[in-house]
Amino acid sequence: MTRYLFRRTLSLALSLLAASLVIFLAIEIVPGDPASYMLGLNASPETVAALRDQLGLNAAPPARYLSWVGGMMRGDFGISYTYRVPVADLVAQRLQVSLPLALFALALSALVAFPAGLLAAARRGRATDTAIMGATQLGIALPNFWFAMLLVLVFALHWRIFPAGGFPGWDGGIGAGLAALTLPAIALALPQAAILARVLRSALIETEGQDYIRTARAKGLTRTQTLIRHALRNAMIPVLTILGMQFSFLLAGAIIIENVFYLPGLGRLIFQAITQRDLIVVESVVMILVFAVILVTFLVDLAYALVDPRLRRRA
Amino acid sequence: MRLSLHLGLALTLAALLAAGVSLLWTPYDPAALSIAEKLRPPSAAHWFGTDHFGRDIAAMLMAGARTSIAVALVAVGIGMGLGVPLGLLAAARHGGMADEVVMRGNDLIFAFPSLVIAILITAVFGPSAFNAILAIGIFNIPVFARVARGGALSLWTLDFIRAAEVAGKGAVRISAEHILPNISNLLIVQGTIQFSLGILAEAGLSYVGLGAQPPTPSWGRMLAEAQTMVTLAPHVAIFPGLAIVLTVFGLNLLGDGLRDRLDPRLRARA
Repeated sequence: MTRYLFRRTLSLALSLLAASLVIFLAIEIVPGDPASYMLGLNASPETVAALRDQLGLNAAPPARYLSWVGGMMRGDFGISYTYRVPVADLVAQRLQVSLPLALFALALSALVAFPAGLLAAARRGRATDTAIMGATQLGIALPNFWFAMLLVLVFALHWRIFPAGGFPGWDGGIGAGLAALTLPAIALALPQAAILARVLRSALIETEGQDYIRTARAKGLTRTQTLIRHALRNAMIPVLTILGMQFSFLLAGAIIIENVFYLPGLGRLIFQAITQRDLIVVESVVMILVFAVILVTFLVDLAYALVDPRLRRRA
Repeated sequence: MRLSLHLGLALTLAALLAAGVSLLWTPYDPAALSIAEKLRPPSAAHWFGTDHFGRDIAAMLMAGARTSIAVALVAVGIGMGLGVPLGLLAAARHGGMADEVVMRGNDLIFAFPSLVIAILITAVFGPSAFNAILAIGIFNIPVFARVARGGALSLWTLDFIRAAEVAGKGAVRISAEHILPNISNLLIVQGTIQFSLGILAEAGLSYVGLGAQPPTPSWGRMLAEAQTMVTLAPHVAIFPGLAIVLTVFGLNLLGDGLRDRLDPRLRARA
């Protein structure tokens, strides 16, 4: 297990290194001088020179890359040009919205997908199964931001159960904060739940022909009992893979959904940064998003080893 | 299952037809403004009503189909064109240096969701439909590389490939002449899936302003513009959304149906 952990950690570090290089180079190819690009056409040469100095643009690219990465390791993501505050503070503030939203959605998605997938597998080939599979097929086709607009129309404007947008902050109590995140989380979660339910169903059905399932049935367990006690654990590998991939879709999706609900999260931050050409914010927020995706992939790999002891030995 | 194949085919053809016909004819000029006619509900004159500028929504949907389909199709082309050769290479050199490089490169691209790629490209070059194609296309590369490699790996162990090797064919010729035709079904099915994901992604990117820019008609941007008017005139938001759902739904059904038809071995599993 230690060896496995060591190898996985090494590859995590290498992925992060490669990703940071890609992001740095992408921002490097900004046509012309980044300082004048950020300041726009009407900037005086003095302001441009001052910004160049502040951004450390006079150093060679390798030196700049090292200072960017070194800074991030110390939690220093640079100073936002438009907000004039450390990017780390901006991100920390916005994550208070985006992270709870993504986790809320992930929980909802699992909460819907597991019963639906189990039920469809248990009633395989019957009307319940067909109905669930049809619903998931529609769910997959649903653009989450459009679904969000429909939810607002029905549950915020027509019935006034949930707020239509905005975020009161966590200071006003957890209840108000969660209420503001409920519709966004549902909009994010349902399309993902549809995918998860389908994967779970086919993974469960896949186990059906296995000997250990037959043994479990032979010793007197019902079909549902075998599903939950034996098949579910063995179906977890593909389910975990999809859950891990979904986290990155949820993060990306959250960026879009935040726009529908005017939530002050990472998504709003990054779109404002793009329009204001605040490259420092773009670069750092993208790195944080990619870091999150790579970290989740790493955690999923570790979870495989927990679920399936055979993988520990093989690695 | 045949029903889903036929329904999927019908919906997909309807979207393609709408896009094709829009090149020659639309009920109104999709760009023609008519403030006097703004936010009209669906009627005989305007099947799907009009938007806040009095533009005909049916005409805009037809023209928008063109953008969605073009973006998604070219993005699938990029993904297949680069991903499949890389996947075949990795399979032919299984366990070797090239395999390792391709697979690690894949992992790296997988860490960048297409939205993040689009954000990076847009921050540098500004938003456009072309950048949306690029972002979705790059995202598609590792998907096709993985499918091609997986399919090819299982073929490389088979006797007829060994026979071709003994006959003196090189890895490139074997990949092109024997492997590729045998994984084409897999690629077609994956292609319809990526096509439908591409349509969803294009809509999302246009919705947040990273995709097609005015005056290029786009389903995603129609929804962005509809957002503030959804209480006054829900139809402005409902029809573009339905267009996306039905197209993606159709493509997914088509993909499932094709998979069942092309690969009977999978039928039992699905």
